[in-house]
Amino acid sequence: MRDSAQNLSAIRKQLIEDRSLREAAVPETFQSGHLPLDAYLDGGFQRGQLHEIFADGTDNNGSAAGFAAMLSLRALHKRTQKGPQTGDTALWLRTIDATHKGGRFSPSGFAELGGDPSSLLMAVAPDDTALLRCAADALRCHDFGVVIAECWGTPSTLNLTASRRLTLAANHTGVTAIMLRLGAQQQPSTASTRWLVRSAISNPLEANAPGHPTFDLTLLRRRSGASGKSWRVEWNRDARSFREAARYVQPARSRQRAPVLGAMVSLPAGKQAEYRRRIKQSA
Amino acid sequence: MRLTSTNSGAISYGLSAGTSLADARAIAPDLIVHDHDPVADADFLDRIADSCVRYTPMVAVDPPDGILLDITGSAHLSGGEAKLAETLAKWLKRKRMEASIARASTAEAAHALARFGSGRDDKTCGADGTGGAGGDETLAIRQLSIAALELDPECDLALRRAGLKTIGDVADRPRSVIAARFGAPAVFMLERLIGKNENPLNPRVRKPPLLFERRFVEPIANKIYALKVLQGLLEKARTKLTQDDLGGRAFEASFHRVDGRVQHVHVETGLPTRDPAAITRLFDERLDSLADPLDPGFGFDMVRLCVPRTQPLKPKQDDIESDAGRQNSAAELLDRLAIRLGRNRLLRFQPNSTHLPEKSQIAIPAIAADKAECWPQPPSGEPPSRPLQLFDPPQRITVIAETPDGPPKRFRWQQSPRTVVHHEGPERIASEWWRSAADPIGRDQLTRDYYRIEDSEGRRYWVFRHGLYGREAADPNWYLHGLFA
Repeated sequence: MRDSAQNLSAIRKQLIEDRSLREAAVPETFQSGHLPLDAYLDGGFQRGQLHEIFADGTDNNGSAAGFAAMLSLRALHKRTQKGPQTGDTALWLRTIDATHKGGRFSPSGFAELGGDPSSLLMAVAPDDTALLRCAADALRCHDFGVVIAECWGTPSTLNLTASRRLTLAANHTGVTAIMLRLGAQQQPSTASTRWLVRSAISNPLEANAPGHPTFDLTLLRRRSGASGKSWRVEWNRDARSFREAARYVQPARSRQRAPVLGAMVSLPAGKQAEYRRRIKQSA
Repeated sequence: MRLTSTNSGAISYGLSAGTSLADARAIAPDLIVHDHDPVADADFLDRIADSCVRYTPMVAVDPPDGILLDITGSAHLSGGEAKLAETLAKWLKRKRMEASIARASTAEAAHALARFGSGRDDKTCGADGTGGAGGDETLAIRQLSIAALELDPECDLALRRAGLKTIGDVADRPRSVIAARFGAPAVFMLERLIGKNENPLNPRVRKPPLLFERRFVEPIANKIYALKVLQGLLEKARTKLTQDDLGGRAFEASFHRVDGRVQHVHVETGLPTRDPAAITRLFDERLDSLADPLDPGFGFDMVRLCVPRTQPLKPKQDDIESDAGRQNSAAELLDRLAIRLGRNRLLRFQPNSTHLPEKSQIAIPAIAADKAECWPQPPSGEPPSRPLQLFDPPQRITVIAETPDGPPKRFRWQQSPRTVVHHEGPERIASEWWRSAADPIGRDQLTRDYYRIEDSEGRRYWVFRHGLYGREAADPNWYLHGLFA
């Protein structure tokens, strides 16, 4: 009887070791899809780490929030491909006053970026302390794909200790943490990367319509490696991926330089596109 | 202003409900008057009713000022009906309440005896001669005035004019005659009063599926010990739930204090569970977040655990790897977060079939959402047509447009001017004519023309013109509804 118990515990230990090996074999990074950026980051964003996103002024809050959502989609994207056993749920944490400052969260906007709102959970914390506590608790749980904390301003509770706590929790479970800092000052933190987001002029579609989301991303800080470089990226919703954005040149009016349009944006036979074409013809 | 109710002191002055305040002050200059607060009264009555659960599980509130207890089969626990009434009277007297208690075989009879019986002023009980069932009760009922039938004033007057003064007088007449003259309700009420017919009681506390309790001979004043007792009850509940292949979706612990106050602590789970450790964690979380912490006062004399909602939960074989540190499952975390933040602060989204952007989704508590709804897929190749965050309310902007019904050319937001370089639109969203005009998205609301615009700095905005130019508004206002990524 005792023998079998020992055998059993040996088998169990073996299984656990096997699994930890298997988990270690899982790629530790997820790619943005923008090749130069991924190459600069030595393969992509690190999983199980904290990534901070800052907006360049109030005007860019929308872009920063969008970038956080897109990054979380990238993190989820790879995870869901790996197999159904890992979580594909995103948890978005925000405080009550975020609704007054940044507006109400719109799940259809999340769907418009390529996400699935039914796999999104929204937690509304009464204050920043509760927000950080919830974020740490959520990161300690294996079943989430990504945890996004939307934190306004520069709360005193978000110090190095708090960010270290988040990083440790994320490290332990391999869940990626994204900290969206809006209206905030930069502070020392244990984040793996820190980004500054600034919206950039997009490549217009037909009939002078604004194009796909385009940003200037600046890598402000990176824990392991060089930083300070910036890229212009564009979000491709259909591939749920970032891509190189062509520099937009003001067309026609100032005639000094020939308009050079880079990556052509393919137009589908959607209703909106048809509508645009009709406008163009009539013009 | 009139008096709505009076205590015995006031009654001895000859005051009664309905007397005008001026008259009352004239009769009794030192009268103490409080404002009538029916909601607080109802709440107080509910609380007394809740405390009465200690005598019988079948407690019903009899508004505005009565409580009905169905003591069938539970009176012997308190030492008989008379003893029970006596205990109850003493308990109420200690709380400085005047009560008239009556016992009868039907709820209506007890109601009538308590209100219209001769023992109205007798605070103890039994003055109605209601020694339980038997002839005395019938006699007491028969002696009651016909006011006890609680008919409308016309019928009441008609009965009196007919010379029928007491219930007994009416009960002796053939029912058909009474029904013909005073309507069927009079007969029903009469039958119920004399115990020939019965009306079901609507008990305040419905019998929960599972109930576990522990009573103490000596009250316990230690909170930690009370929580230990609760854990014991959870173990008991686990045994019972395992037997029935059930898991609880909600758990309620009630701590009954010696002074009659009952404190309820309620937790909910997203998935059925019966694991005492997990449920204890939820209770701990809830107790931490309570506005008024668990206060033993002079001690608890009973701890009760009830499982009001259960769901089937089949036993599951544990995974051989299960002890590999996966104890923190998402479901349990969500339960904890839902308790810490509040049920309505942990949300899942569901689409709502309306075109109004701010109404096109519903946030429902994640703990209550069990099925995932399908969201409409955006067309491929198009840029996002809805921003991630919507200003609530939309922010007013000043706009310069080429034509009054054209796209914006320049606008000012947050004190800085912005020049529109690219625009798309309008996407016209009209009000919903099939809803009533009072509805904020109903008919007669202004049409919105949404534009997706980009300024010279590359910032993308979602703005709308509120009202159709010339038809709905002479000078439509512009609003910024969101910032695109």
